[in-house]
Amino acid sequence: MQQLEALRREAVALAAGTQSVIPILSANEAEVSRQMQICNACRYCEGFCAVFPAMTRRLEFGKADVHYLASLCHNCGACLHACQYAPPHEFAVNVPQAMAKVRLDTYTDYAWPPALGALYKRNGLTLALATAFALVLFLLLALLARGTLLPGPLQGNFYAVFGHNLLGLMFGAVFALAVLALGIGVTRFWRGVSSATEAQDAPTPDLRRAASAEAVSDVLSLKYLGGGHGQGCNNADDAFTLWRRRFHHFTFYGFGLCFAATSVATLYHYLLGRHAPYALSSPPVLLGTMGGIGLLIGPIGLLWLNLRRDPAHGDTAQRPMDRGFITLLLLVSLSGLALLLWRDSGAMAVLLALHLGVVMALFLTLPYGKFAHGIFRSAALLKYAIEKRQPNTLAVAGD
Amino acid sequence: MALHDARTRGDNGKNDDGVGRKAAPLRMKHANVVDVLVIGGGNAALCAALMAREAGASVLLLEASPRAWRGGNSQHTRNLRCMHDAPQDVLIEAYSEEEYWQDLLKVTGGITNEELARLTIRASSNCRDWMRSHGVHFQPPLSGALHVARTNAFFMGGGKALVNAYFRSAEKLGVQVRYETPVTSVELDGDRFVAAHTASGERIAAKSCVLAAGGFESNIEWLRQAWGQNERGEWPADNFLIRGTRFNMGVLLKHMIDAGADTIGDPTQAHMVAIDARAPLFDGGICTRIDCVSLGVVVNREGVRFYDEGEDFWPKRYAIWGRLVAQQPGQVGYSIIDQKAVGRFMPPVFPGTMANTLEELARKLGLPETAFIKTVHDYNAACRPGNFDHTALDNCATAGLTPAKTHWARPIDHAPFYGYPLKPGVTFTYLGLKVDAQAAVHFGGRASPNLFVAGEMMAGNVLGKGYTAGVGMSIGTAFGRIAGTQAAAAARRSEHAAA
Repeated sequence: MQQLEALRREAVALAAGTQSVIPILSANEAEVSRQMQICNACRYCEGFCAVFPAMTRRLEFGKADVHYLASLCHNCGACLHACQYAPPHEFAVNVPQAMAKVRLDTYTDYAWPPALGALYKRNGLTLALATAFALVLFLLLALLARGTLLPGPLQGNFYAVFGHNLLGLMFGAVFALAVLALGIGVTRFWRGVSSATEAQDAPTPDLRRAASAEAVSDVLSLKYLGGGHGQGCNNADDAFTLWRRRFHHFTFYGFGLCFAATSVATLYHYLLGRHAPYALSSPPVLLGTMGGIGLLIGPIGLLWLNLRRDPAHGDTAQRPMDRGFITLLLLVSLSGLALLLWRDSGAMAVLLALHLGVVMALFLTLPYGKFAHGIFRSAALLKYAIEKRQPNTLAVAGD
Repeated sequence: MALHDARTRGDNGKNDDGVGRKAAPLRMKHANVVDVLVIGGGNAALCAALMAREAGASVLLLEASPRAWRGGNSQHTRNLRCMHDAPQDVLIEAYSEEEYWQDLLKVTGGITNEELARLTIRASSNCRDWMRSHGVHFQPPLSGALHVARTNAFFMGGGKALVNAYFRSAEKLGVQVRYETPVTSVELDGDRFVAAHTASGERIAAKSCVLAAGGFESNIEWLRQAWGQNERGEWPADNFLIRGTRFNMGVLLKHMIDAGADTIGDPTQAHMVAIDARAPLFDGGICTRIDCVSLGVVVNREGVRFYDEGEDFWPKRYAIWGRLVAQQPGQVGYSIIDQKAVGRFMPPVFPGTMANTLEELARKLGLPETAFIKTVHDYNAACRPGNFDHTALDNCATAGLTPAKTHWARPIDHAPFYGYPLKPGVTFTYLGLKVDAQAAVHFGGRASPNLFVAGEMMAGNVLGKGYTAGVGMSIGTAFGRIAGTQAAAAARRSEHAAA
């Protein structure tokens, strides 16, 4: 029925000449389209986030609009708890859930190479296999290099286990592939959502600059986990909490600091010729330690919240993907901190292999797991920041 | 701080048996009788429960609905009409007591009580900090509602978010809440409240009570009797839809009337608007409105126009269209627009019936083709050229047409054409219990010492007729708070009397 309805609406739009080419909606997309039609006639949730103001610029919700709005949704849950049409109402409006389902389709559909999009659908298995593979790989490499996994203390010299160039090559290549895959994916997404209903003039450079600044700020501050009133989003029930935003910040900035640590170390190595191990007070180790602690607190908190999350929020079928990713991040920080702690002990080689294994698994799965949400959502926020600065083509009168 | 003090006072002053009152199970023994019983779970009930609890009383709130449907009609509301003498956070400019009063006077046609109306108006100017302290958030007007930016403060997330916030705050403060507990009658000793009897046969005694259980609009049989049969032999109420909750059965209201409580408001009248005929029987709420009436024509099922669609701005006219449609055969109307109107009105929840010719539209809507085509052609021919401006009372009007369309009259000639079926949607009923400024229920003109009423059950005191956006919530908030305070005081008095 829903699909039929969506088709009918598309036919209407086609006849009205408002859309030139209309891709047929999937069941998940049609459900978002159906719900947005209800929301657009209500609009009570406009103050919560960007999804609803973006919705009010539209009358019909085609494929492009649906994918754009789905990625704009942060799954904060506010609109579900406030909804007079949420189940058990027969309108059965659950925007966070409908959006979450489409998001997974978005990641799958826009993944590159396309064949790997399927990895999103069985993401728990994907993460487990990638982790197992990467761990075995590094343990074997360590074994190969030293003939044993416990070669005794090596004065914290990682390169006595794995050569710097080998690591640089392996991680460089995997990271480059991840960036490429995500880059192509998000480009395809951008083109896809840009065929949205309203044909608009190209934004001016000034508009682009202002919009980019706003989008960056919205991403870095996680503005839309604030609930619109600054008291946060929902988690277990209709009460608001800022902890999801805080733990996400720990995770995000922890990840960033770890990445910065690696980057600084790379510069040290190639530019300054200063080779690891670095002192505990050196910038790479300080950055890495702070990042590791952030990446410890953040994922533990997010996991704790995730386990207590209202089952009506989002798509419970995606919880394995969420939790798998969180766990992987946690393993990265745990193994990294353990490595720092025992880098002068005989366990260093095996700890290093474990740490590099989980980091490799993380990088391998970056373009095919939960990490992608950050990329697609940032793109959607940028589109929103551009769009809201452009004149609204609708002039609906007051009710 | 005030909250904390109140609680401390309540706990220290009343728990002479040393047992934690909040945790104590309800018993019918006098020592454990709850201070204030609140019957209802909407805005007024919650305001009463919160105020009574803040005043130190122990409070039990009985909501007829399951948790998922809690909040009565309040879950469908979105704003509060507020008096303010200067810009206030989300409210622009000023909206003086006098202007508010004049607006009320106008919409009610004078069927109001000036003392209670002014009390409501003044309360609306200073209640929002208290609301915020219980978790309600305000926001600037929603898109499409800018015409009330000056007069109405919108709840972020709408009425259900407000109801959620109040329930959270109430539970945090120790108000006991029971769902699925409809009350069928109250036990009175003369004009004094003694106990409530629930549908399951339970007797719940309390020192005082606040009735805030809504009107009777969900009771189709009652509406049927109130509206009666028309000259066509139809029972119009059979074709009404209820925009709000399915739980306002008016059981308690009827019981109180039978028990001799003084009433107010026209027992046969309800506020109704024209909504989409495809809306669900209950809880269709805001989204079932049809906002394109003034942009086209409205015909009845005979394909004939029956009223000036462009008489005034739609926000000022939507309320009369419920009644207009109720007077048509089959209680149905059809709002007809053409392509020119698309994108100029709030998008409706259900897509319109679309056709590329008027003949096709008539067939699809099941209207008599010849009569419908004639109506549209006559209308089109009568449209005088003008400068169309939907934001003003423009000069696009018909000439020599009955009924005339006096504004925004443009020929319906640009395919595709759209039709939206209309039915009367009942928002609330006017019949209620007569109160004074203390929200006391009256019996034969005498105020009950411990029985109070708030919300839709007494809104008819202030709003005897008509409606203006956000005034229901103003009345519910003002009288809910008064009733809660008075009920807590009455419970204290009864304690002193017993001691």
